[in-house]
This record gives sequence, C-alpha cells and structure tokens, in this order.
Amino acid sequence: MLTVTHYTILSAILFAIGALTFLIRRNPLIMFMGIELMLNAVNLAFVAFARFLNNMEGQVFVFIVLTVAAAEVAVGLALVVAIFRARDNVDVDEIDALKG
Amino acid sequence: MDYGALMEGIVFYLFAALAVLAALGVVIARSPIRAALSLALVFLALAAMYILLNAPFLAVAQIMIYAGAVLILFLFVIMVLNPRLDIVGGRNHAQTIAAVIFAVALGVLMIAAFVAGQPAPALGQFTPEFVSQVGHVQIIGALLFSDYLLLFEIASVLLLVAIVGAMTLARRERDQHANAKHDLR
Repeated sequence: MLTVTHYTILSAILFAIGALTFLIRRNPLIMFMGIELMLNAVNLAFVAFARFLNNMEGQVFVFIVLTVAAAEVAVGLALVVAIFRARDNVDVDEIDALKG
Repeated sequence: MDYGALMEGIVFYLFAALAVLAALGVVIARSPIRAALSLALVFLALAAMYILLNAPFLAVAQIMIYAGAVLILFLFVIMVLNPRLDIVGGRNHAQTIAAVIFAVALGVLMIAAFVAGQPAPALGQFTPEFVSQVGHVQIIGALLFSDYLLLFEIASVLLLVAIVGAMTLARRERDQHANAKHDLR
C-alpha cells in the first residue's frame, strides 16, 4: 500500500538531484534545468499531500508553482540569450562583470 | 490479493525509477540537448505520478506547460545558441566533491525527516469519492476563482511582467549593442 511517505521520499530524491545539477554544472541552461527539477520535486510533494490529506489546496498551489516556473524560465533564458549576445560565451564561471 | 493496490505499486515504482534515472541523466549529460530530453522524461514520469495521485488536470497541465512550453523554450535556446554551449568539464574537484556531499546530505536529511514524521490525519473534505463525484477540474476552478482569486491575479500579473521582461532582455538594440558589448568586457 502506497503512503504519502513513498511520494515525499521520491520528491526528496528529485530535489537533491536538482540541487546537485544546479551546483556542479557550469552551463547556465543546465543549471536552469536543475531549478526546474527542484520545482517539480516540490510539486510532487504538494500533490501527494493534497491526495493523502483529502485537501485540494495543494493542487491549487501546484498550479501557481507552474506559473512561476514558466515565468522564471522565460526571464532566465532571455538573460542567457542577452549574455551570449554581449559576450559570445555563457560559462557562468566567466560571467563576473559585477565582481567587486 | 488486492490487484488494484498491486498495480498501483508497480506503476509507482516503475515511474519513480524512471524519474530518478532521468534526473541523474540531467546531471551527467554532456550536451544540453541530452539533458533537456532527460528532463522531458522526468516531466512525463511526474505526470504519471499525478494521475496516480488522482490529479488528472495537473497531469495534463504538467505535460502541456513543462513538457510542452518550458522544454520547447529550452530546446529553442539551445538551438539558437548552439555550437558554443558545450562547456566541457565541470567545476574543479574540490567544488564538485563539496557539491555532491551537500546534495547527498540534503537528500538524506529530507528523507529522514519524511520517514520520521507522522502523516497528518486526512481531515480534508475532498475525499476521492467527492472529487470523482463533483469533478476534479470543477473543484480546482472553483477554488481558484473564489478562495484563491488574489493568488490567481498575482500569478497573471507575474506572467505579464515576465513577458515584458523577457522581451526587453532579449531584444536586440542596434546602436546600443556595441556599447553593451564593450561595457561587459
């Protein structure tokens, strides 16, 4: 019998993998994919709790998180394109124009 | 033997394994295209989870927004920027090891918390019977346009700001382009 713990453990694993992706990759596109993984892991936890607590609010929040993720990707990818235009390079270790 | 529960378990473990393997694929994939396609697999596996969790509307939204819009946007940007996006090699060794230790510790900590915690009693009014009787989309729609109307409006304003912001950032300005290039270097 599946319980909420099965889903939350899967969610924790996916969140950790997303955090790892964000930390060890230098390509900003793949770092964004790590953020998407983390957001998806949180969504899974929301839906699992909504299902097992008989409570629909979790699913409403997932809907909002979907919106935020879409907005974040649009702005983030526009930033990557703008940086690429200005520098011909998107290695995050070399984007240090704001370094003091 | 309860075949329904058995099937549920099989589907859960199948798609959980798929999601975790595809997520690991995002971490280790060399080319951004492969990482993006692995990410698509994660999205689809999670959509299956949502169906398993009795949330068909979210499963469809997941496929449409994530596997559709977000992923196409990623692939489009990869295509536009292509050849120089293959940044070979990761960070230096000390950073990589520290990141792996951090991620593993984070995962273990969260799993320990979830295992140790007692699930709250299911006191909500939206039992599976009630949801299937009224309709999943109807309930979410009613909540979004009554109790969570402010949240809905804020989300729409956020999307508007994101559209304007993305267009402003990505727009090419002919005369300022050379200056910006100079400034950033």
